[in-house]
Amino acid sequence: MTAVLVIGAGPAGLAAARAARARGASVTLLDAADELGGQFWRHLPASRPASNERVLHHGWDTFRDLAETLEFDDGCRILRQASVFAIETRGSGPAEVHIVVGEADGAGRDRLVLRPDAIVVATGAHDRTLPFPGWDLPGVFTGGAAQALAKSERLAVGERVVVAGAGPFLLPVAASLAATGSRVVGVFEANRVPALVRGWLPKPWQLSGAVSKGGELAGYVSGHLRHRIPYRLGRMVVGAHGTDRVEAVTIAAVAPDWTPIPGTEQRIEVDAVCVSHGFTPRLELAIAAGCALTADRFVEVDAGQETSVPGVYAAGEVTGIGGADLALAEGTIAGHVAAGGTLTDAELQRPVRRRTTFTRFAERLDAAHGIRSGWPAVVTDDTIVCRCEEVTYGQLRQTVSSTGSRSLRALKLSTRAGLGICQGRVCGRSVETLLAGCQPDGLLGDPVSTDRRPIAGTIRLGELAAAPTTALPTTSTPSPSIEGTP
Amino acid sequence: MTNDVIIVGAGIVGAACARALAMAGFDVTVIDRGTTAGGTSSACEGNLLVSDKGPGRELELAQYAATLWTQAAVDLRTELGPDFPSVEYDPKGGLVVATTDAGAAPLLAFAAGQRSAGVDARVLDRAEALSLEPDLAPDFRAAVFYPEDSQVQPTIATEALMASARRHGARLIENTPVTGVLRDSAGALVGVTTAAGELRAARVLIAAGPWSGEVAASFGLVLPVLPRRGELLVTSRMRHRIFHKVYDADYVGAVGSNDSALQTSSVIESTAGGTVLIGSSRQQIGFDCRLQVDALAGIAAKALRLFPFLAGAAVMRTYGGFRPFMPDHLPVIGEDPRLPGLWHAAGHEGAGIGLSLATAEMIRDLMQGRPTRLDAAPFSPARDSLAPHLEQAA
Repeated sequence: MTAVLVIGAGPAGLAAARAARARGASVTLLDAADELGGQFWRHLPASRPASNERVLHHGWDTFRDLAETLEFDDGCRILRQASVFAIETRGSGPAEVHIVVGEADGAGRDRLVLRPDAIVVATGAHDRTLPFPGWDLPGVFTGGAAQALAKSERLAVGERVVVAGAGPFLLPVAASLAATGSRVVGVFEANRVPALVRGWLPKPWQLSGAVSKGGELAGYVSGHLRHRIPYRLGRMVVGAHGTDRVEAVTIAAVAPDWTPIPGTEQRIEVDAVCVSHGFTPRLELAIAAGCALTADRFVEVDAGQETSVPGVYAAGEVTGIGGADLALAEGTIAGHVAAGGTLTDAELQRPVRRRTTFTRFAERLDAAHGIRSGWPAVVTDDTIVCRCEEVTYGQLRQTVSSTGSRSLRALKLSTRAGLGICQGRVCGRSVETLLAGCQPDGLLGDPVSTDRRPIAGTIRLGELAAAPTTALPTTSTPSPSIEGTP
Repeated sequence: MTNDVIIVGAGIVGAACARALAMAGFDVTVIDRGTTAGGTSSACEGNLLVSDKGPGRELELAQYAATLWTQAAVDLRTELGPDFPSVEYDPKGGLVVATTDAGAAPLLAFAAGQRSAGVDARVLDRAEALSLEPDLAPDFRAAVFYPEDSQVQPTIATEALMASARRHGARLIENTPVTGVLRDSAGALVGVTTAAGELRAARVLIAAGPWSGEVAASFGLVLPVLPRRGELLVTSRMRHRIFHKVYDADYVGAVGSNDSALQTSSVIESTAGGTVLIGSSRQQIGFDCRLQVDALAGIAAKALRLFPFLAGAAVMRTYGGFRPFMPDHLPVIGEDPRLPGLWHAAGHEGAGIGLSLATAEMIRDLMQGRPTRLDAAPFSPARDSLAPHLEQAA
């Protein structure tokens, strides 16, 4: 029997686990969080159930269906609070996956080593926030952090809140804030009408299968109308102000490349601001497993969601930012093929069609809302770029100028940008762009990136020193395969 | 005779040689297949150590290098100005601790030998050692303090030496692999061939660290420099609780060993950034850089023997590199008798950061035909201890 390890229990991972079980594999599904669902279906813990999760979450019934199917299936072992800190590919056989299991801030997590026949990497993405003056002030949140507080703690980040950045994610963030009692004084999308039109309007027939997605966005828009939230295009937060915490933000109109237009600044009093400019895929485990990346830095997969490494599959946001529906389709395909199925099997026909539909939808979103090249114009010499190590843009510029270095690796080590506790997860790609921009020809000279992190998750020295338990992905004999696919 | 030199390799040894030669009036071109400090020099600890070396030629070179670093740290600061990142020169001293009875006597004997060679190696009692490092596990068997051990931030030190070399006229060509030697019709060396064309000079100096053997091979010559992999762990920032470089006494054995199997020994210190660096492993597995968790676990376990409080420290990063290992444990510094005009400055194993400045002076003096500060013969490519390795592989 094929032993499949699914890393990540968001939409892609849950779908992969169910499809692999449906095809008869024994499955281990693990996630670092306390609960299944990932970022998209982040919710209150089971000990504090809420009656209105269905209202806060799109596709909640899909989630409950997936989660319950897997939770009641003896052939699927679920490891919560399980963090993969390394993948080792030295042997000739399958990769070794090194895991710690237990409360992240508790004492004595257990170390576990798995050697599955196949791996599905469904590690998702985290939201990306570009630096701007004042973004390190308390009261400035990433959209994802604000959303997480709203969804899993029911906490509002402030009373008067601005939501800004780029992308459709601004809409659910604003909706969650409004639902938890914040007054959202405005949503500011940096891209302008022509970009949105270019992204959204051509070939409308391609969108026919994505009506539910359109419905999801329409739901946010009607929610905004109900909460009287203004949605302004072509505007960006260019500064956050305050002494101990944010007291106001400056919004400016921006050119199509996001360069601020002088004279358009407008100051708005707020006690919180949520900023999100899209998503960065969590690539470290795929890189650790040896998977090739695409030119735009997602995991490269074939039609069966298999990566360049045989037996290693990827699904969801790591293969391209596309949202939960695309992740469900990709996860189903990945799980089925990882368990020994083929792309032509009847149960994959619907997921394959849906993948095509939602991939087009994702391409449109990116065309409409993607980050534009002029963003560094808002960054000043005293803007902190790396918040962990408190490295300013001025320090980056000065170090490039004084050393003449063209090496991202050397410049990171010389400035400490990206070397802090988040290991460049927040600032890495912004640091790359800013350092390249300091070069005479706009290019860095070494082939490294900030995506590679051989220690993929923090591990305590004592945990690392302890002998691991070696176990097969499932210790019990799996029950007969379950029925059905999403 | 023309005084132009091509240096192959923009690591710390190449940068130090470029600076010394450019300051002496040589016309220097440094060429690297990657970028400055892109290899071993940015994948190590920045150790300037005497504590790990027994009496002999390498120790003499390290003792001299230590005096050069004290001066260079000041000179580089003055020359490059306050805008240049600090090389973080820190003469913090090293504390070597034997954690077993079996390890205590060899450590004390080793230190006695070092003292006879002029090393400041002070045997401490338990209370003295604990006053230096209050969080050290108190059940150690012997402790020796080496006030002369110091460190720099190796990437910045390399960048600083290269920046200084360029200010003195050296040229730097990055991302351009050297593909072979250029000879005239009589077969004499007149330069190198590169991926971007020919480059001519009267002398070529190979300073490519663990890749020096590959460069020499492209010239048709054997140079027995082998990669020895070393890994380090980096913790997240913490309160300053480790004040010196602290080593397990078995570090001494690992450095001098020819064993190719995995060895780990503790080298623990705080950095200027507030993190703690924990090393290290030594393993001969070619240029295989794939992660090996059991090596990291071994490093972690040994570190906890010295500092139990580190059990709760969060490891956020690992990095590793290849040390240029020589079969007779001495760097190779000087002109190659097999091909006049070809020079070597490589094979410093785990000591290249410290030895770089002394190596550069020796190369400069030899190229100028002047007497060297230390006897250069023991480091020569023509030395007897290297001969069997050259013949064997040739």
